[in-house]
Amino acid sequence: MMFSSNAHILPIQILDYGLLAILVVVAFAIVRMRSLFAIVMLQGVYSLVSAAWFVSLDAVDVAFTEAAVGAGVSTVLMLSAMLLADRQSEPVPMSRQIGPLAIVIIAGAAMLYAVGDMPAYGSATSPANSYVGIDYLARTAEEIHIPNVVTAVLASYRGYDTFGETVVIFAAGLGVLLLLGLNGNAGRWDAQPNGQRVSNTSAPTMRNVHSPLESSESPQDASETAKPLKTDVKTKGQNHA
Amino acid sequence: MHDPHVLLRVVSKFLIPLIALFALYVQFHGDYGPGGGFQAGVILASSVILYALIFGLPAAKLAFPPRWIRIGMTLGVLLYGGTGVFSFILGGEFLNYGVFAHDPSHGQHYGILAVELGVLCTVASVMVAIFYAFGSRQAETSNEDW
Repeated sequence: MMFSSNAHILPIQILDYGLLAILVVVAFAIVRMRSLFAIVMLQGVYSLVSAAWFVSLDAVDVAFTEAAVGAGVSTVLMLSAMLLADRQSEPVPMSRQIGPLAIVIIAGAAMLYAVGDMPAYGSATSPANSYVGIDYLARTAEEIHIPNVVTAVLASYRGYDTFGETVVIFAAGLGVLLLLGLNGNAGRWDAQPNGQRVSNTSAPTMRNVHSPLESSESPQDASETAKPLKTDVKTKGQNHA
Repeated sequence: MHDPHVLLRVVSKFLIPLIALFALYVQFHGDYGPGGGFQAGVILASSVILYALIFGLPAAKLAFPPRWIRIGMTLGVLLYGGTGVFSFILGGEFLNYGVFAHDPSHGQHYGILAVELGVLCTVASVMVAIFYAFGSRQAETSNEDW
């Protein structure tokens, strides 16, 4: 489809280039901005536009995940994390920007150099379309009998990988719960975002004020606060850094 | 007295059950169309998060109690690993679902269903857990604060 000669450009190609151009513009806007709220929102926009681009590349499952995780949940998680920080990021002095700029230029040049070795889009001889991938496509219909090959590869042929991913998500949740606590009350911490003082003592009591019904779970909350004593140092260090 | 968010509350009260229902559709329709445990888990979690955003965190903690999180995230991993161990016991390799039924392709169906259910439990619980952990840390944001 994309191989047509330059004589006539398909509408889908115009759409692809348009979406990629929007991605570049949004990325520059994210880098230039100082308001964290706008940055988080633009990250959601970036994810949504890349999801649209994935749809145009026929990668519907990836697009679905990108729209749900990237544009949906991670935007909200970044917002809730942002509420503990200042609303504006401080400008970085020019002297500290030279190192990162050099790294970006070198990495970008290396990637542009590698583009020449990549197979053409949709090429039948590309690695994705020749070895094990073509085998999955041929065998799913007779071995698993489900129409969506992506699900067959994800859950059955590559079941080990998906198990690993599930454990990674479990570990991420465990890490957050150990550091912050289920109700955000683990360890001793205090911060002053926007001049408003918040600390471990204010967070749980706030909750009790708002909902007296929650007090039926107080024994569990007590164990929550008592357990993760080891995280005290880390949490404190982060807040003062 | 006058609630400035009344429109948001009415509309989202109508939308939240539909979002949760759509998560189940994505979960059980993953064999036939795009979707699966990861996407369904995130969508289910986003319905809880939307509820928390509109009606406040304490209300959300009554609807989806924090103790479900620890059970859910552990249960998901155990369900996935347990499916693998179960296929061991029935004489197959780890995570080889073909041994679950006489017809191997039926066994694959059951295995994929169990495994995706495990992914759903873990992903939904962890997403809500991260939101609760961060969201509980700050004071209520006033309307002018943004």
